[in-house]
Amino acid sequence: MIEIDSIVKTYEGVPVVDAVSMTIQPHTICAVVGTSGSGKTTLLRMINRLVTPTSGTIRIDGEDIRGIRPYELRRRIGYAIQGHGLFPHWTVAQNIGAVPRLLKWSKADISARINELLELFQLDPSQYRDRFPSELSGGQQQRVGVARALAARPNILLMDEPFGALDPVIRAKAQEDLVAIQQRFGTTVVLVTHDMEEAIYLGHNIAVMDAGKLLQFAPPKQVIGRPATPFVQELIGTSERPFRLLSLSKIADHLEDGDADGDPLPATATLRDAYSELLWSGRSAAPVEKDGRLVGRVSLDALARLAARPQ
Amino acid sequence: MKPGLLLRVFALALLIVLLVAPQAFRDFFALFVRPTQPPIYTQGNLLDITLSHLMIVAIAIGLSTMVAVSLAILVTRPFGAEFLPLSRAIANVGQTFPPVAVLALAVPMLGFGTAPTLVALFLYGLLPIFENTLTGLTTLPEDVMEASRGVGMTGWQRLTQVELPLALPIILAGIRLSTVIALATATIGSTVAARTLGEVIIAGLTTGNTAFVLQGGLIVGVLAVLIYDSLSALEKWLARRTGRLTRADA
Ligand SMILES: Nc1ncnc2c1ncn2[C@@H]1O[C@H](COP(=O)(O)OP(=O)(O)OP(=O)(O)O)[C@@H](O)[C@H]1O
Ligand SMILES: [Mg+2]
Repeated sequence: MIEIDSIVKTYEGVPVVDAVSMTIQPHTICAVVGTSGSGKTTLLRMINRLVTPTSGTIRIDGEDIRGIRPYELRRRIGYAIQGHGLFPHWTVAQNIGAVPRLLKWSKADISARINELLELFQLDPSQYRDRFPSELSGGQQQRVGVARALAARPNILLMDEPFGALDPVIRAKAQEDLVAIQQRFGTTVVLVTHDMEEAIYLGHNIAVMDAGKLLQFAPPKQVIGRPATPFVQELIGTSERPFRLLSLSKIADHLEDGDADGDPLPATATLRDAYSELLWSGRSAAPVEKDGRLVGRVSLDALARLAARPQ
Repeated sequence: MKPGLLLRVFALALLIVLLVAPQAFRDFFALFVRPTQPPIYTQGNLLDITLSHLMIVAIAIGLSTMVAVSLAILVTRPFGAEFLPLSRAIANVGQTFPPVAVLALAVPMLGFGTAPTLVALFLYGLLPIFENTLTGLTTLPEDVMEASRGVGMTGWQRLTQVELPLALPIILAGIRLSTVIALATATIGSTVAARTLGEVIIAGLTTGNTAFVLQGGLIVGVLAVLIYDSLSALEKWLARRTGRLTRADA
């Protein structure tokens, strides 16, 4: 659990983060969104003491972080930096192994961990281990940056726009991977992003920042349905609201009894995918399959009801 | 690259022959002297003098490097920032003081011999190394420095594992500059009885023997070019390793 308690950071008297308080529950993803310069990075960097707050406290699992040596705190917290920040004089393997090496893992453990992570991020170890960062594409550099943050299996992961340089396909894959890793290890993730879509897909909670202030801290459904301020509403995009809402749920959670014509849809797809597919194929309903069995149906009527503003 | 390398190998070979068997060039140097004068310097072994010359330069620049790099590290740490102007001033004085004046001042204190020359070369070598180390340590990429803190390196680990390795090519450039200056300047050490190649040149000047002057000058010149080139190559290789050039560019 990360408890942020009326934290303030001022530079030359100007507050950059202004009395922000929020509690990030353990094993959840908190997506921080906001315009450029709203203080997202500064907020993130106060959690691992890269920035010293002007006032306020941050506690991790109840422990005030001011009582932990900065370098020890940082070895416990994974940090994927905005724009990767790989060590240019170290190979991919040395970069990923940085924190485990500081923690004095054995050589064999470090090497195994490096291969495991490279495979996870679809970079063939035999091909990429010994490359220097300058010999990677921007997207590959970013993935190595995230792999480095994950290397020592931290309980807390801070990510500053980690998927910014990825193309949509790899980006979607990286997001899925993050969710899988987060669920498997119960990592607490604080993720800064510019992309509302990403925030809604990944975040258990979304923190909306503007000019240093925290405008809203709530689950995506609430941020979409009950935006705290006009600014939050604008950030979500007024015309996108129903579709964003649909993207939050899976077909499996809103199954109707009965049957329908045409190709079945997977129960794991989102309602938004179902809506899109129904419109595209000109059907008013479609059968739903799970593990190769038909389990019910999904209909336009039901989707239209679910897309309406929550009461 | 290839013809250049060939030329350097050739120069090195000539230099070695000149030092080990100077009589081989007898006929060549005879062109520059009157028939009564010896064409080859024989008051001392050219190889020994050259090694002594190199040793003096190596010791002086070694000391300059240690002091200048330490100072630059010190003043780029948070606790040492206030010493920055002071240490800049010290290094500048070392540079603006003419080496001849340093020799003149050092002799009464240290006596004749190698010591005054070492002091002069040491002081003269400080500034380029100090300035370059400072530049190297203060122009490191911001995101890399951030990452080095972010992964949990201590101050010492950041310095030794990230800052110095990344600054090394620039530091080396400073050492290269100081070394070449010292190679030439060391010749004046002979005026206070340090054993350097200046001895050969001065012998030539005092007896009007152009061949001696030529020998001393040639050896110093070829040494300077070869050392300059090797250090440049080392820098390039290091810069490539630190990611400023990719292997494909090399
Ligand atoms: N070290 C610093 N000194 C002075 N001002 C700073 C410093 N670091 C950040 N700022 C200012 O604080 C504000 C917030 O910066 P921050 O990096 O937190 O924004 P951000 O929300 O992460 O923006 P972006 O989305 O562009 O990354 C900016 O106006 C920035 O100029
Ligand atoms: Mg930022």
